[in-house]
Order: sequence, then C-alpha cells, then structure tokens
Amino acid sequence: MATEKMSIAKALNESLRKALETDPKVLIMGEDVGKLGGVFRITDGLQKDFGEERVIDTPLAESGIVGTAIGLALRGYRPVVEIQFDGFVFPAYDQIVTQLAKMHARALGKIKMPVVVRIPYAGGIGAVEHHSESPEALFAHVPGLKVVSPSNASDAYWMLQQAILSDDPVIFFEPKRRYWDKGEVDTDAIPYQLHKARVAREGADVTLAAYGPMVKVCLEAAAAAAEEGKSIEVVDLRSMSPVDFDGIQASVEKTRRLVVVHEAPVFLGVGSEIAARITERCFYHLEAPVLRVGGFHAPYPPARLEDEYLPGLDRVLDAVDRSLAY
Amino acid sequence: MTVESTAARKPRRSSGTKRAAGAASAAKPAAATAQTQDAEPQLVQLLTPEGERVDNAENAEFAPFVADITTEDLRGLYRDMVLTRRFDGEATSLQRQGELGLWASLLGQEAAQIGSGRALRGDDYVFPTYREHGVAWCRGVDPTNLLGMFRGVNHGGWDPNTNNFHLYTIVIGSQTLHATGYAMGVAKDGADSAVIAYFGDGASSQGDVAEAFTFSAVYNSPVVFFCQNNQWAISEPTERQMRVPLYQRAQGFGFPGVRVDGNDVLACLAVTRWALERARRGEGPTLVEAFTYRMGAHTTSDDPTKYRRDEETAAWEAKDPILRLKTHLLATGGADEAFFAELEAESEVLGKRVREVVRAMPDPDTMAIFENVYADGHALVDEERAQFAAYLASFEEGH
Ligand SMILES: Cc1ncc(C[n+]2csc(CCOP(=O)(O)OP(=O)(O)O)c2C)c(N)n1
Repeated sequence: MATEKMSIAKALNESLRKALETDPKVLIMGEDVGKLGGVFRITDGLQKDFGEERVIDTPLAESGIVGTAIGLALRGYRPVVEIQFDGFVFPAYDQIVTQLAKMHARALGKIKMPVVVRIPYAGGIGAVEHHSESPEALFAHVPGLKVVSPSNASDAYWMLQQAILSDDPVIFFEPKRRYWDKGEVDTDAIPYQLHKARVAREGADVTLAAYGPMVKVCLEAAAAAAEEGKSIEVVDLRSMSPVDFDGIQASVEKTRRLVVVHEAPVFLGVGSEIAARITERCFYHLEAPVLRVGGFHAPYPPARLEDEYLPGLDRVLDAVDRSLAY
Repeated sequence: MTVESTAARKPRRSSGTKRAAGAASAAKPAAATAQTQDAEPQLVQLLTPEGERVDNAENAEFAPFVADITTEDLRGLYRDMVLTRRFDGEATSLQRQGELGLWASLLGQEAAQIGSGRALRGDDYVFPTYREHGVAWCRGVDPTNLLGMFRGVNHGGWDPNTNNFHLYTIVIGSQTLHATGYAMGVAKDGADSAVIAYFGDGASSQGDVAEAFTFSAVYNSPVVFFCQNNQWAISEPTERQMRVPLYQRAQGFGFPGVRVDGNDVLACLAVTRWALERARRGEGPTLVEAFTYRMGAHTTSDDPTKYRRDEETAAWEAKDPILRLKTHLLATGGADEAFFAELEAESEVLGKRVREVVRAMPDPDTMAIFENVYADGHALVDEERAQFAAYLASFEEGH
C-alpha cells in the first residue's frame, strides 16, 4: 500500500502527473500553468518534466482555451484545462454550454468529448471580486456536462484521474480554501466510483448533505452536535451532476431528516433539486421538510463580509435544530 | 489620418529597449521568437531614457500636441508621477501589514498613466482595469477610494459619474466593450467628448477586446484603446499573446495604431492627445500601445522570481519614467532642489493620510450583503434579509 499524507493541492498535482505519465494524449492547458505552475501551483513542475507540448501556457482567452480544447479532443487528445478562478469561466461559458456539452449528442454518439475543465471555486480566502464564486448549478443544469467537486485529498487525487479518463466533459470544481488541507491518499487504492456519494460520518438523527468546501464545515457541525447528544450523518455528494440520489435516499431513510448545505446561493441551487427529489422519493420517511443552507440571493460580498455570508457551523447547527424541531 | 498612413508610419526606434517582434515576424512565427528578443521596438519618443528631449521625423506628427507644455506643466507631470508612486508604494506596504488583502502595483507604469490621464478633458470618460491608480489620480478620484476593494470592504467604492472614471474591472478586457458602447452613446448624442479604455497586453487576447475593436470600427466610435504593454501577463510574456507588435493589430480592424514609449510621460501625453482629438473630430477609434514595464510583481500574491530574470528588470530600471523626467528637469533648470524637497514633504503627507484612512476604514455592516442587489427591490432578497436579521438577532437574545 502506498499511503501518503498530502494536501489537496499536492494530491491534484500528483494526479495530473500520473495522468500525463499514463496517457500521452493527456494535455494540460491554461493561463500561467507552465513556468509558474498555476496561481495555486496545482501544475507545479509539470511543464519542467513533461515539456511545453504537454503543459501549455495559453493566451489570456478563456473562450479560446475551451474552444481549442474541444478541437484537440476532436483530434484524439484529452485536454485538462485550468480556468484561473471561478469568476473567469464565463468568457468560456458559451463554448462549454453551446459546444462542449452538446457535441456528443449532435454527432449521434460518434465522437467523444474527454475534456476536463478545472475551476478553483468558492470563497473563504479573502479575495477580491470574481475570485470566490460558486457557479456549479449553472453547469449542473446543462445536459451533457458532468460536474464534480472533491472535498479531501484522496478524492482530489482519484476523482481528477477518473474525470480525465471519462469520455464526457467534466467540470471539476476545486474548493480553493481547502487546497492546503492535508489528508491520507492511497495511490494504490481501488477508487470510489466518480459519481457516488460517500458517507463521511455515520449518524442517526439528521443527514447533512454537502460537497466540496462545505463538507468540512458539516463534519465540524456534526462533531459539535454530538457533544449535545445529537447524532448527525454527513454525506459528501462528491458529484453534482449526476447526483447520487440513491445514496442520499439511503441515508435519509435512516435519519428521516435532511439538510443540504452549499456555499452557492440557495435559490435554484443544487440543494433545490435535491430537496425536490428527496421529497418525492422519501415523502413518507421524512419527519421534517428538507432544509437548505447556503448563500443569499446577492452578489458574493467583499472579503470583510464573507465570514457572515458563508454558511458556518452556527448556521448549519441552526438548520439541524430547526429540522429536529418538527 | 487614414489607415494606410498609419501602416506607412514608422515611429522612431528607441535606444536600448528590448522585446517586441518586428512587422516581418508575422509571416514567420518560428523565427519571430528569436527576433522578438533581439529586435528594438519602434516607438514614439520625446524624452530619451537619459532625459534628453528629442525631435525627429518619427515624432513630428505628435510633438505639436505638447508644444504648449510649459516647464511648470512638466513639474506638474513629475509631481503626479511621484505622488502616484508614493501612493502605490504605501498601498504595497499596507498589504504587507495585513491592512489590504491584495494590491496590484503600477510601479513603472506611472508615465503611461499620467501622460494619458493628463491628456483627458473633464467630460471624457475613462474605463480602467484594476491597475489604473495614476489615471484615477488625474481624474481627481481620492486615492483612498481605490483601496476599499483591495481591503475587501466594497467592490468599487466611488461613484463613476463624479469624475467620469468608471469602477475598476477585474475580468480582463470586459471594459473595452463598455467603453465602446459608451462612445457609441457619445456619438449619438452629438457630443465631442471622447472615451478611453485601459487594458493590458494579456487582455488583448480576449475575445471581448477583438469585439470592441470591431464595434468601434464599424460605428466609428470616439474611443481610444490604451493598452499598457508591461511585457507580462502574470507569468506569461507578450509572446504568449501575439506574434506581431500589438499596435499593428488596429490596422486589420480599420483604424490606426501607434506604439509610444510608455516610460516617456511627454510622449504618452502627446500621443493620447492626438488620439483623443481624432475621436473628437469624428475620426473614430485609435489603438495606443504604451510600451512599458511592470517593475514589481503582478500583484502582491505573485512571485515573479518564478518566471522573470533579474537582468531584465534591471535593464528596465534604467528607463525609469520618473528618473527620466527628473534628469530632464535638472539638466534644463526646470526644477531645483527646493522643488524636489517640497515634493518629498508632500509625499510624506500623502503617505501618512493614506495609512490613516485605510486603518480607520470600517468593516461594512453585515446587512450590506443585501443592499443594492436590485434598484427596484426584489421579494426574495427582502425575505432573505428578514430571515437573516432574525437569525442574527437570535444570538443577541442569548439563544
Ligand atoms: C477573464 C479573466 N481571466 C483571467 C483573469 C486572471 N488575471 C488577472 S490579471 C491577469 C493578467 C493580465 O495581464 P495583462 O492584461 O497584461 O495586464 P497587467 O496585469 O499586466 O497589467 C490574469 C490572467 C482575469 N482577471 N480575467
């Protein structure tokens, strides 16, 4: 067994290294991914070891980055593109939504689109505008795209390789405020299925469902609730499209209560879909309505307000209490 | 000025400036890399790096635009650059002290910003990116207003219409389209104001910038595209953005492009005035490429030692825009030691004020999250505001 403790950032770097080693068709593309190793150093050292033909610094044009990745995929390559920050994906949104997502269907399944779009996302790092957004629902809403987000180092390592192996376009959201969190990575493990949810903590009274950066907050909330004698189960969704509704259902049938937590605005967010589906599936099991905790219907605020804006322990525990009060 | 005449114009070659491909490199990209490193750029220059005033065939078209500049005006430009640099340095220190979350320094780009900024009229409108602190200074924006977004207390911090200076734009290139649209409006109104859009060499790769060029050309809009080519887009050199000199790109869109020595405040003033006058006369857009250098890091989060050579930075230090004008002022007797001493004292006062204002800048009220989301209000925002207020109040009740 090759288990090693590493940060999420390092796990992603190792994962990309492994993918480059394994398949000569894998390419890394993006702004500053070469010499600099990316602004978060996720591609650190890769250009040095794999050359400028494999690890490609691109012009500053996101539509160009994704559009040419589509062309490279048509030619048999497997591009992994980096969008520098969440708020900068929108110049590429047209290419992602109108082209990348639909190519396979339009070609009657004759062509594949193995493109991974890596996006450092969500808040909590005290950044300026456009550097802290959670646009995952905008992508999950689009048929043809798969959308995932790891919450820990092991998932970061394995999910990225699985995303690269996928013949479908995958939007890979990286929780930037967790980049430096460390965890065990077993590089020989048989990985979890990419779109399967994971029970991160077992519990009996309430299920908390979250993904990416909020999984840690939910685990902390569960630990705090345990001191008050409440038993909280935490489900790490890992994938926002498809969502593992079976996995959530199994947990909800046990606990009979569900709170969905994400940083993104609640209105029409991933949690809305989960609340609706779980209500349909588990109507007779539920002791309380499915509650959602998340961002407000307001632009992501300036850094000095993000602690208030982001759901923290208190807001999650408040929702747990409300759920239990029914 | 016709497009042909622009193509035919050969702005002068400067002494000792590196990088920038020659026109011939367009045809042979492979060879261009080597040439890019060695070739001297062609640019409009009025003050050499040694501080000497030059008049020649290449700058003849532009020199008349600064014929009215007096020695006192030159001292004014110098003062602007020194105070802007001081402000910028203070902001960098404040970031290091944890008072600001981030800072994008303009160090080295003072001449490009003050030269172009001082060319503007009050009724002209400016669309900046995130580094235009010197232009803001010229517009009369209180420099401390620029710090709010970098401190993280707001996303802008000033009313754009007070000084006709739009909010900083972080998504690169976006504002070139806003500027073009604004200029379309100016033309529709029959006004003779002009609009100027600032952006970087990296941003010039964005589709938005190409679309701004297209629209402004098609509608003959009174807009000046002022690109500060500071040689780097974070870690990527200009060669990663283009294979022909940037200013030449305008030609393909049907309007003139000029490259100016971006470390020469006088030349920047002259060329921008020239471009603004074209706009006012109804002759449409112009692209100005100010050839300059980012002396510091991209932002305080960046580490240029990962990608940039010290020799390069040192070579550009010799072309420092402020030093150049100082040398000129001293050599021509345009300023004496008393002037420089007085300015130093004024810098100190500015620095102190910036520090004090920033440290006293309060955090916004929590409920500001819900403010100004809509102009006409929105039921969902109202509901969430009320819910959140009740939630916060529950702590005060000792829940
Ligand atoms: C659409 C978009 N993509 C990426 C970024 C991240 N980013 C911020 S500044 C920058 C480099 C810009 O370089 P340049 O346009 O040359 O201007 P400079 O910062 O050098 O003045 C990048 C990549 C961004 N702000 N917007």
